[in-house]
Amino acid sequence: MNEVSFVVNGREVSGEVEGRTLLSEFLRENLRLTGTHVGCDTSQCGACVVHVDGNAVKSCTMFALEAEGSNVLTIEGMANEDGSLGVIQQAFQDHHGLQCGFCTPGMVMSASALISENPDPSEMEIRDYLEGNICRCTGYHNIVKAIQAAAEATRTQAA
Amino acid sequence: MPKDFGVGASTKRREDVRFLTGNGQYTDDMNVHGQAHVHFVRSEVANGVLKSVDTSAAAAMAGVVRVFTGADFEGVGGLPCGWQITDRHGEPMKEPAHPVLAQGKVRHVGDPIAAVVAETAAQARDAAEAVSCEIEEQPAVTDMKAALGGGALVHDEIGSNLCYDWGFVEENREAVEEAIRGAHHVTTLELTNNRLIPNAMEPRVAIGDYNPSTDESTLYTTSQNPHVIRLLMGAFVLGLPEHKLRVVAPDVGGGFGSKIFHYAEEALCTFAARQLKRAVKWTASRSESFITDAHGRDHVTKIELALDKDGNFLAIRTETCANMGAYLSTFSTSVPTWLHGTLMAGNYKTPLIYVNVKAVFTNTVPVDAYRGAGRPEATFQLERVIDKAARELNMNPIELRRRNFIGADEFPYSTPVAVQYDTGNYQATMDKLVDIADIDGFSGRAESSAARGKLRGLGVNCYIEACGIAPSNLVGQLGARAGLYESATVRVNATGSVTVMTGSHSHGQGHETTFPQVVADMLGIEEGQVNIQHGDTANTPMGMGTYGSRSIAVGGAAMVRATEKIISKAKKIAAHLLEAPEGDIEFKDGSFAVAGTDKSVAWGDVCLAAYVPHNYPLEELEPGLEETAFYDPANFTFPAGAYACEVEVDPETGKVDICSFAAADDFGNVINPMIVDGQVHGGIAQGIGQALLEHATYDDNGQLLAGSYMDYAMPRADDVPSLVVDHSCQTPCTHNPLGVKGCGEAGAIGSPPAVVNAVIDALERGGHSVGHIDMPVSPSRVWAAING
Repeated sequence: MNEVSFVVNGREVSGEVEGRTLLSEFLRENLRLTGTHVGCDTSQCGACVVHVDGNAVKSCTMFALEAEGSNVLTIEGMANEDGSLGVIQQAFQDHHGLQCGFCTPGMVMSASALISENPDPSEMEIRDYLEGNICRCTGYHNIVKAIQAAAEATRTQAA
Repeated sequence: MPKDFGVGASTKRREDVRFLTGNGQYTDDMNVHGQAHVHFVRSEVANGVLKSVDTSAAAAMAGVVRVFTGADFEGVGGLPCGWQITDRHGEPMKEPAHPVLAQGKVRHVGDPIAAVVAETAAQARDAAEAVSCEIEEQPAVTDMKAALGGGALVHDEIGSNLCYDWGFVEENREAVEEAIRGAHHVTTLELTNNRLIPNAMEPRVAIGDYNPSTDESTLYTTSQNPHVIRLLMGAFVLGLPEHKLRVVAPDVGGGFGSKIFHYAEEALCTFAARQLKRAVKWTASRSESFITDAHGRDHVTKIELALDKDGNFLAIRTETCANMGAYLSTFSTSVPTWLHGTLMAGNYKTPLIYVNVKAVFTNTVPVDAYRGAGRPEATFQLERVIDKAARELNMNPIELRRRNFIGADEFPYSTPVAVQYDTGNYQATMDKLVDIADIDGFSGRAESSAARGKLRGLGVNCYIEACGIAPSNLVGQLGARAGLYESATVRVNATGSVTVMTGSHSHGQGHETTFPQVVADMLGIEEGQVNIQHGDTANTPMGMGTYGSRSIAVGGAAMVRATEKIISKAKKIAAHLLEAPEGDIEFKDGSFAVAGTDKSVAWGDVCLAAYVPHNYPLEELEPGLEETAFYDPANFTFPAGAYACEVEVDPETGKVDICSFAAADDFGNVINPMIVDGQVHGGIAQGIGQALLEHATYDDNGQLLAGSYMDYAMPRADDVPSLVVDHSCQTPCTHNPLGVKGCGEAGAIGSPPAVVNAVIDALERGGHSVGHIDMPVSPSRVWAAING
């Protein structure tokens, strides 16, 4: 067992892990941050996307030990300080961008990374960017609309 | 004007807040104090004699609590099939045993052999590798033709691989034969409805718990119907009475049918928890999901459509082989029969129809209901053969359909396949489709595609489905081993808020939002004053759950009936408070008034009086305000619609791009248009997936070749176009109180033929006479069709 320490959603955390413990597993089981979901075992579905030092990462592709000293953001850290839904979360609700909710945390985290990289993405750019996030419920139609609306709201906020 | 609250309003979903903040509670998010973890040892071969299972090395490993094998389940029941089919000759279907853990034989890759319980999931996984299974491998059979033609036997004791040979309507068989023989034109089409894997994004999970001091078991599971699981597992597998068994299905991450069925892992975890007197948890890996979740579709069909010289449909004959897989999953037998044969009339007046279905055992994962379940298979063959007939007769495919539609003035309409459509207007949905898909502008778009070297095609089709399953006495006659009512308890609280406990289950459909819209409208209170409880047998009335687009049509109807009882009792209380005859009380906008006067009492005051009955007619009326209703539907509901797809085919590569997709649906009345749009979007994406991408292929040895997301092509965001959907054509259902029809499966039923019709149209317009291409219409298949 090894000790690992890093920051999650602004809070310092640490724990004892095996070498094989995945970051997704550590977040869910050790920290009980169960908003990060695991939908596959081949790093395809994207339900487990979190940000590590600002980069969107599938947390099932990373060992917990690799996160040592890093800054991790999960879905639990995406709301506003007063607890209300953040801009992207609100856009997903407004545009019915989720149904069963299982892929949603990964979708929101990917959308957040996309908007950081590209503040005004076109529909095709959004669809291309979501290549690593699978949703079985929505047909993606309303997810695309939600991300377009979230990007616009983010631009307005910044202006 | 769109409404901003109540029935007809696009109320934003309240459940979204917890899902968007990571606060949902899916089964794998739960841990029960003291739980152990289970890992299954599964067959790696598709067919073999299980000679021995040596668990000694595994049992000695660190953290291992116990290893269960088939021997532990001798004398325990097997997984039941919920629908008995009677074949053409009056004989019951063949129904082989389905043990929880393999006994004597393994019959598909993934068949569970042993279950290792350990302190941690990693220890259970490690120890599972040390379980040694001696299996004498036998030739496997995966192809249905081979299975019926003397291939290896899946179940030796049956003596063949035929489960049943079903004829419907058997009495029409000869008349159909005659009509086809004498017809002006007969169009014949042989096709495959490709095997799919449902792939709800949440893998299945089960946690069995046991309290020795009360002898009570609890199963937490990813289910669409916890009461059904309690009944099936309690009564047929483990012998546990309902009052000692609680089943909880908390937030469930999608189902699409695959979480209807009772699975071995649920029984194992519940059984193991009782044996070990501690909780036992199993979480499927996605790889496990691929080889254990019931698959969908997998029909091979030949359909013949007989027409007269004017294009009027005279008769349909269809012969299908339906793959059951290695065992009969819970509702598997009903899918190719009653959920398929009864829909063969489609939206059309065809006087004579005969459907023959042979259900076949193979060494593959069991096949059962997947979004649409039988109805997509019926729609696909019918709408493909109509398109082919139009081409052969040089008729416009839309006009051929219009010519044969059941007229709007002909409802109720009894089809020759035993169902009666209550309402519909198929010309109107087709008119709407022609408009929203801009079908008149197609030729201009085709020219533009041609200028870029692409072949553009237009595919149009209709669909009808039977939802709101189903009248219990009818399905009982047809072999169902369950009732198919739904239930609701409406509990009005003392200060006027309302809790509705429903037997329906939401796993993405948004019941927590739509159900309160209905009740709030009826009671004249804010939607926020109504809360929904579902998914726990301990606090909901016995109900049959959510599948077959039945939640609002059956569960919603039960909720309306219970609310009507509430209003009826509340009027009695109001009459007492207002000192007026009950018949004079009018209830409107949350207030009880004496007709023709200005005397009234508010909703909240009546509720309070019911629970603080100081001024109350106690000698005539019980205190409290809580009512339960069970609603058994009088008929199925019949949503219908018309879909259009435009594709561009690259003749150099065979690649198909979907340029546009439009859907005009008639769902009857609509409670929440936003949610209905979303259901159609999702269904269409699944249908596009079936048409272009998804295929659960096996090799001849019974190994699943498409066993991960690297091999099984799920539709991604860039595979699906922006969708145009419309449900403004509404012919309300006549026999349920909300006039609703259900919308959950329409998209998946209506879209595959639209896509394939469009591809064939593109190729034919490009001078390539291909007739048909089986799904998935992959680039290699299209290229091969073009290049012979």
